[in-house]
Amino acid sequence: MSEVLVLVDHADGVVKKPTFELLTIAKRLGEPSAVFIGPADAGMAAAESLGRYGAEKVYVVEDAEIAGFLVAPKAEALAQLVEKIGEGGPAAVLITSTPEGKEIAARLAIKTGSGLITDAVDVQPGDGAPVTTQSVFAGNYTVTAKVTQGTPIITVKPNAANPEESAGAGTVEAFAATISEAAKTAKIVAAQPREKSGRPELTEAAIVVSGGRGTGGDFAPIEALADALGAAVGASRAAVDSGWVPHTYQVGQTGKTVSPQLYVAAGISGAIQHRAGMQTSKTIIAINKDDEAPIFELVDFGVVGDLHTVLPAATDAINQRKG
Amino acid sequence: MTSIVVCVKYVPDATAHRGFEADNTVDRLGVDGLLSELDEYAVEQALRLKEKAEDPESVSVTALTVGPEKAVDAVRKALQMGADAGVHVSDEAIAGSDAIATSLVLAAAVKKAAGGDVPDLVMCGMASTDGSMGVLPAMLAERLGVPQVTLASVVETQGDQVRIKRDGDTATEVIGGTMPLVLSVTDQSGEARYPSFKGIMAAKKKPMATYSLADLDVPADQVGLSVAWSVVEGTEARPPRSQGEIVKDEDGSGATALTEFMASKKFI
Ligand SMILES: Cc1cc2nc3c(=O)[nH]c(=O)nc-3n(C[C@H](O)[C@H](O)[C@H](O)COP(=O)(O)OP(=O)(O)OC[C@H]3O[C@@H](n4cnc5c(N)ncnc54)[C@H](O)[C@@H]3O)c2cc1C
Ligand SMILES: Nc1ncnc2c1ncn2[C@@H]1O[C@H](COP(=O)(O)O)[C@@H](O)[C@H]1O
Repeated sequence: MSEVLVLVDHADGVVKKPTFELLTIAKRLGEPSAVFIGPADAGMAAAESLGRYGAEKVYVVEDAEIAGFLVAPKAEALAQLVEKIGEGGPAAVLITSTPEGKEIAARLAIKTGSGLITDAVDVQPGDGAPVTTQSVFAGNYTVTAKVTQGTPIITVKPNAANPEESAGAGTVEAFAATISEAAKTAKIVAAQPREKSGRPELTEAAIVVSGGRGTGGDFAPIEALADALGAAVGASRAAVDSGWVPHTYQVGQTGKTVSPQLYVAAGISGAIQHRAGMQTSKTIIAINKDDEAPIFELVDFGVVGDLHTVLPAATDAINQRKG
Repeated sequence: MTSIVVCVKYVPDATAHRGFEADNTVDRLGVDGLLSELDEYAVEQALRLKEKAEDPESVSVTALTVGPEKAVDAVRKALQMGADAGVHVSDEAIAGSDAIATSLVLAAAVKKAAGGDVPDLVMCGMASTDGSMGVLPAMLAERLGVPQVTLASVVETQGDQVRIKRDGDTATEVIGGTMPLVLSVTDQSGEARYPSFKGIMAAKKKPMATYSLADLDVPADQVGLSVAWSVVEGTEARPPRSQGEIVKDEDGSGATALTEFMASKKFI
């Protein structure tokens, strides 16, 4: 069976959930091999969890010459690994659809002369190459596609699969990549880590509660409901542009695309650019005081009312039920 | 001299009906198109760099598009905003190209537009509003052999040094690079200007070049739908969501109904 490379997305060695989803998908397509780029000891440590989700091999690429630069060195390392595997190459390379993931994939595609598919919401085995499903045009169309040249390089959105445990050997294999000087030209000069909210990641959360201009700047009711539901907090661009919440909260065309089990939109009108980021959610609820707000066209359940009274009352009721 | 080439894409209007042709390519002719809103931010940043320069005359801003005949409108809009010159790459053979082939054409065109060499700055939007892959800037950088500093919310230059601010998920970063490089900007970088009446009149006299694939020495058999490295096998319109129950909140009834709905779906 051919290897399927999965680029591990991790924060200081802690593997992120979408990587386990990719391993689950990789298992459908061939033999999962995880590629960990980072400090060698962190890679050794991560191998345990990667193996638990099906990785037979864990390539550890020491990042002494990679950390601190933008995507180019990572793409180089991956290209060298693809070449090393040789003979028809890996059956596919799977990368999480983050901005960085997509850029690594883009450079890798050019380097290896391969076709690229981005933002897949599903990947299944196919004749000759995996068949991907994408959601396009603000979620109004579903498209199935296939790579026809080189190694299929596919970036996959979070929540595209349920991570399934499946014992893999998780054998660590050090891979020494040669990083060119040319790849080390865009430097991270300074980084200020974000404060952790303690809530789930927006793109990974099962429930998202979002607020818009209708909050009038007071996100407390949104956050309280989110916490009662164990949800992530999102926002419309109007709320972000007003400076009420950080840009990382934005859902929509130029923010995050989310596809949770439940999306709650409060004080959000439902502009097409906002819908683009949420309309594939399984269940949608809206609270808006305007009964003609376009968001109501999408909802499974809607409340016409003032979010400042409806949300706190609902939050109390939920907390009471939880006892 | 500082040369800036801004890559602008002509896209179907997002508020109009968007769909596919029989061959599964995006319908680019049946709907009204325009300069991608996200590329306006790139034009804006290019113009600000020019205006901030000690000698603005020494900075040239060229707007470049690859696309069908009508795509020239996107370049024209950039000229109206204040770009100095326009380039339109148009060739029947390009129709249906994927991102890989588009980047091949763009890379060749960017160099030709700048007189043969990689310009000091190649500027892009964060993603196109139709395909929205957000991969072209990285592909261009790879093909041109230059660094990429992407997704900037703030852009600063000093001599040949570029510094950007980027709002990542886990951190806010400052990224630095040396020209020449590829730079992409987000919609957080600053509102794009509207063309003034004067700008619209002036645009008519600005130089506009049209290149074919032959002008770029790109073989026609390396682009287009038939050689795309990925194929769309099917497209399906998503069934419209049917509207569910809508209740009006009266004296707290809304919250009760809402909680019951959530409980019935097992969210609580
Ligand atoms: C290129 C481009 C990209 C964009 N990208 C995005 C994006 O990624 N994400 C995004 O969200 N937008 C995006 N937008 C902006 C988008 O077009 C809308 O402007 C934005 O989504 C509006 O946000 P809103 O719904 O919060 O505000 P509004 O449209 O002003 O709606 C506020 C709503 O709140 C309701 N309301 C007011 N008070 C209350 C109350 N007390 N209780 C209950 N309801 C109340 C009102 O009835 C109204 O429906 C983009 C636009 C462009 C041009
Ligand atoms: N056909 C094109 N002509 C000119 N620029 C383009 C074209 N396609 C993409 N771009 C540029 O690349 C950016 C990212 O595009 P994409 O990768 O398609 O999302 C856009 O914002 C444009 O700046």
